[in-house]
Amino acid sequence: MEMYLYIALFAPLAGSLFAALFSASPKTLIAGIVPSALLFVSFLSSLVLLVYVMGGETVHVEMMTWMATGDLYIPYGFLVDQVSATMMMVVTIVSTIVHIYSIGYMDHDKSFNRFFAWLSAFVFSMMILVMSDNFAGLFIGWEGVGLCSWALIGFWYHKESATWAANEAFIMNRIADLGMLIGIFLIYWNTGSLQYDKVFAAMSHVDIAIVSTIGIFLFIGAMGKSAQFPLHTWLADAMEGPTPVSALIHAATMVTAGVYLVVRANPIYDLIPDVGYFIACLGAFVAMFAASMALVNRDMKRIIAYSTLSQLGYMFVAAGLGAYWVALFHLMAHAFFKALLFLGAGNVMHAMNDELDPFKMGGLRHTMKGTFIMMTLASVALAGIFPLAGFFSKDLILEVAFIENHYILYTVLLLTAGMTAFYSFRLVALIFHGEERYKLFGFHPHEAYKYMLIAMSPLALLAVIAGAFKMTYFEMVTKVLPMTEYHVHNPIVYWIMTIGTQLFVIACILYAYRKYEVAKEDKKMEENIGYKILWNQYYIPHFYEEYISKPYRELSRIFWKDIDMKVVDATVDMVANVFYKTGEKTRGMQDGNLSSMLQLMVVGLVAMLALAAVYSIATVLVAG
Amino acid sequence: MMEIGLNHYLVLSTILFAIGLLGIMRRRNLLMLFFATEILLNSVNIAFAAISHFYGDLSGQMFAFFVIAIAASEVAVGLGLLVVWFKRSGSIDLETLKSMRG
Repeated sequence: MEMYLYIALFAPLAGSLFAALFSASPKTLIAGIVPSALLFVSFLSSLVLLVYVMGGETVHVEMMTWMATGDLYIPYGFLVDQVSATMMMVVTIVSTIVHIYSIGYMDHDKSFNRFFAWLSAFVFSMMILVMSDNFAGLFIGWEGVGLCSWALIGFWYHKESATWAANEAFIMNRIADLGMLIGIFLIYWNTGSLQYDKVFAAMSHVDIAIVSTIGIFLFIGAMGKSAQFPLHTWLADAMEGPTPVSALIHAATMVTAGVYLVVRANPIYDLIPDVGYFIACLGAFVAMFAASMALVNRDMKRIIAYSTLSQLGYMFVAAGLGAYWVALFHLMAHAFFKALLFLGAGNVMHAMNDELDPFKMGGLRHTMKGTFIMMTLASVALAGIFPLAGFFSKDLILEVAFIENHYILYTVLLLTAGMTAFYSFRLVALIFHGEERYKLFGFHPHEAYKYMLIAMSPLALLAVIAGAFKMTYFEMVTKVLPMTEYHVHNPIVYWIMTIGTQLFVIACILYAYRKYEVAKEDKKMEENIGYKILWNQYYIPHFYEEYISKPYRELSRIFWKDIDMKVVDATVDMVANVFYKTGEKTRGMQDGNLSSMLQLMVVGLVAMLALAAVYSIATVLVAG
Repeated sequence: MMEIGLNHYLVLSTILFAIGLLGIMRRRNLLMLFFATEILLNSVNIAFAAISHFYGDLSGQMFAFFVIAIAASEVAVGLGLLVVWFKRSGSIDLETLKSMRG
């Protein structure tokens, strides 16, 4: 089994290095095909491992020692248990599909090879993140995905907005990573190890206040990666990157790393239900907050990004309430349908020459049948209609909130489910239905390459059937995660809830269709103050710019102009100037004239004599 | 009539040393510079001899002889160089000795 583990882990690295060989040369098709093939190999190995761990076994290897100094011992250790196997499956399936899709999507890009080098490097980092058996390895993967995300958001680096977004994402994540590092230090400080099993075993002996601190700091790290409020602004801006990147990194895998961290550290969070409750509240808030911004946005990719944010909120609600397996289940289901949605959006973008405003599209269902079907499927799954994946995973989170008696959370999540349905179908209606508005703007849409659609089809299939694996999955992951089944005991309540939710969601979908089937600009609505707040994303980016970026810039200017230039630089310059000026001034002494040299010699002699005299007098005085 | 004691010799030696020092600093003629050096050395010799006599210890006078010997050899070498320099530049003025200026 070790061999499969190493193949699953290192095949993406091999693919990345292979593509990197060609990174400076123009498009080479093989630089796309080889990484994709290697990822498929990685996927197969993960599948073998998944089947193996389903039987209750785990694979734990220690490749070599990484750090051994004093009491600190950190190996390159990898662990495949039921949780990491699930994550590995999600990562390898989505990334294989995205790789194949990208061969078509990036077809005309002159940095085709570089794209694949980074994309595969990302998958490798993600695999390290999920497979590591200690917090240090997890952190390395964590930083690796951050780096690759930066490079891929800013992939079109000649665009000002892209580099800005890349830096924003990177800097926001640094803030959060500091929190995470502190958490890891605290763990080592209090337990003397970073290995998951040892840490979790030792956690119960640690003071509960310290456990809370650790939990909070680790969650700060998760907040950055998973773009939770108030570190959420980078995710929407990250849509500047190529769409396959958005599908893989900013929907399916990297942003869910925060959820994975909480799930992985579940023995810690089990000890501190208060922190968990806070996580759940924040998750619910973000779910609604992000969904509300998606209601009015006019940028196709940003709508989907907000939707991702909102769904991450759902996952944190589940994880915070202790339903770790539910969180992981929604993570998996969400990865499939959200990646599908993004890839569909990529097809639409290609067809429309990178136009993102859905109000300029309309009626595309005639020309883009395949994309239309898949995006509709993904939206239905996202909205949580029976029997698609979203129904099983999202309804489960609602049930968890209900059973745990957090009715406020439940209400918030229910409303958000309605909003989710509304904005998803607003998008579908605007893009695929109604009049063919794009003709006004002179677009000539065309369907994507056939193999891109074929590559997407496994995702479509999974988005439909993933819910059917619920029980198999439950039996598997509860071998490592707390086994709590969530059933509403009263069958009447259960049916009312389920059917009620379904009806509510369907009503929202129909409303979205009715409103946006004929896309007319609703001036009256746009005048509305609520609309304006949502349209400006609650003025949060504005607030950050005004109250954080600008004062910081001003502070930096002061430090530069007044402190660095006038104090630090001036001091250094002064030291140099003293020597320079002294040399300049005394250089006249070396005039080569024997007479003046002799005079100087006499001066020196007199000075020495005077010193000696002073010294001897002083000695006498002191002695006397 | 006052007896001539050690202090008188030492005062004479100091005066001579000061004259020599002044000569070294002021003179521009190389030959005069040599004279000034001789005055310096001999002022020290006077002091040596006087102190030696005062203490009844001969090593001071012995040292004075060493100084005379060294002064003689110094003058021998120095005058040789001076002659060569005069032949090359036609002057023994110190102002002409500036080829090593910084």
